[in-house]
Amino acid sequence: MNAAALLPSLNLRFVAIWRRNFLVWRKLAIPSVLGNLADPMIYMLGLGYGLGRLLPEVGGVSYISFIAAGTVCYSTMNSATFEALYSGFSRMHVQRTWDAIMNAPVDLDDVLLGELVWAASKSFLSGMAILLVAWIIGLIASPLALWVLPLVFLTGLTFAAMGLIVTALAPSYDFFLYYFTLFVTPMGLLSGVFFPGDQLPAVLQTVAAVLPLSHAVDLVRPLLLGHRPEAVVAHLAILTAYLVVSYPIAVALTRRRLLK
Amino acid sequence: MASLRVTGLRKRYGTMEVVAGVSFEIKRGECFGLLGPNGAGKTTTLRCVLGLTGPVSGEIRLCGLPVPARAREARMRVGIVPQVDNLDPDFTVAENLLVYGRYFGLADAAIRGRIAGLLEFAGLAGRADANMRDLSGGMKRRLTLARALINDPELLVLDEPTTGLDPQARHLIWERLKALPQRGVTVLLTTHFMDEAERLCHRLAIMDHGRLIAEGTPRDLIARHIEPQVVEVYGEDAAGWARENASRLSSRFEVTGETVFCYLADSDPLLAHLDEQRGLRYLHRPANLEDVFLKLTGRELRD
Repeated sequence: MNAAALLPSLNLRFVAIWRRNFLVWRKLAIPSVLGNLADPMIYMLGLGYGLGRLLPEVGGVSYISFIAAGTVCYSTMNSATFEALYSGFSRMHVQRTWDAIMNAPVDLDDVLLGELVWAASKSFLSGMAILLVAWIIGLIASPLALWVLPLVFLTGLTFAAMGLIVTALAPSYDFFLYYFTLFVTPMGLLSGVFFPGDQLPAVLQTVAAVLPLSHAVDLVRPLLLGHRPEAVVAHLAILTAYLVVSYPIAVALTRRRLLK
Repeated sequence: MASLRVTGLRKRYGTMEVVAGVSFEIKRGECFGLLGPNGAGKTTTLRCVLGLTGPVSGEIRLCGLPVPARAREARMRVGIVPQVDNLDPDFTVAENLLVYGRYFGLADAAIRGRIAGLLEFAGLAGRADANMRDLSGGMKRRLTLARALINDPELLVLDEPTTGLDPQARHLIWERLKALPQRGVTVLLTTHFMDEAERLCHRLAIMDHGRLIAEGTPRDLIARHIEPQVVEVYGEDAAGWARENASRLSSRFEVTGETVFCYLADSDPLLAHLDEQRGLRYLHRPANLEDVFLKLTGRELRD
């Protein structure tokens, strides 16, 4: 096998898989939207107004303004991760949907690309809903915030790709708890979602600097507050690096699992 | 032209050779059965043939195309009924077909045009909007069959198509499958129901331990591998009776528990003898494919 064959193939056949997932989502949209959106919204508003009343200013702005950007990113991450883990695992292992699809003239790589883009699309919707609420309650300072749209999609792709690695390795749903407890939740706390990262001890700040979520937050927060983020290229490069490294690993591991 | 030609196929998992040099050919419009006990390598052979696993050695040509090199293109002309139900539980009957047709790159209008005919064929007419949870096991199986025909395939591959179905549902599936070769569809099926193989297959092969150990028409296999008559003798002392008499009165016999299977060409002397025995009952019947299967693969359990 040559080196090129080890890399994921990228083909438009993935659209049929995306459309399949979209059709399921459309049929189950109301509970799914509620679950996906209500939860982060309650956190943002509850913490933002409740805790915010006790705080004079955080990072130079009101706490609700501060936490809005964090919630956009956090919610995008959670939504992409959930989709790639739980829903992906259902389709791969429990319902055997991927098996059915691969009996058609569609390859595993097409299925995975469909899942990747789908999870990112769904997380995009979660991020957008938070953004919309933030805009309605007057937390968005300028049209610069429109740059958050592609950023949220990229963030979704990155976390979906990382999630697909976990799914490829999972023996059962229980396995996902490790990923959430050991990685996703700590990352949420270290990445400047709920409080500024500079409050952390120096060691943890160093750890935070390599976590993908902190780079998403560092880009989205200034854009919502109406100014240009610093070190845009570096942040984008790190987010993209997580994507382009994770996705081929996810594809290789899933091939090993299903095509043996 | 052959719809499928397999030459010298081998596939190993670790040190286990699951398929150990299998060759066969299926002509267009033929129904070919692959029989074998659990773990014989049937499903692995199918996975290799469809290009769903690699690496393998040997040569496979599926609908004229080399596999695995052009497996995806070859599957364009193949329909598959898998062993395990994998219909989309969130979709209706019609949505299952629509979404599956899209995987073949078919336009929605073209798929919608085929749905009514396929549902009619599968005995699901009027069920287009039914949900999966409202379908019986037999109906789901028939929907899976309809789904496998969405691309009007040249070759239909079925992995144990009637396992778990009641007799009514099995007979309905058989009727549908019999109609396919007449329309020029080639059929490859695996099964361990001998009556299924005997009814449906023009030709079949018996597989065990990764190899094909016999191949031919059902009638051929019976004539070639086994005596034409079978007398099954039952009773508490059947085994004791067999020790004394069975080798004298039959050309070959097997004892399992309280049953003796006597295989023979001329059954008259044995039947006359048995009529005089007290405490023994018997069943006299022509030899069938199951006798061949058990002779060739043994009576031990395969779990």
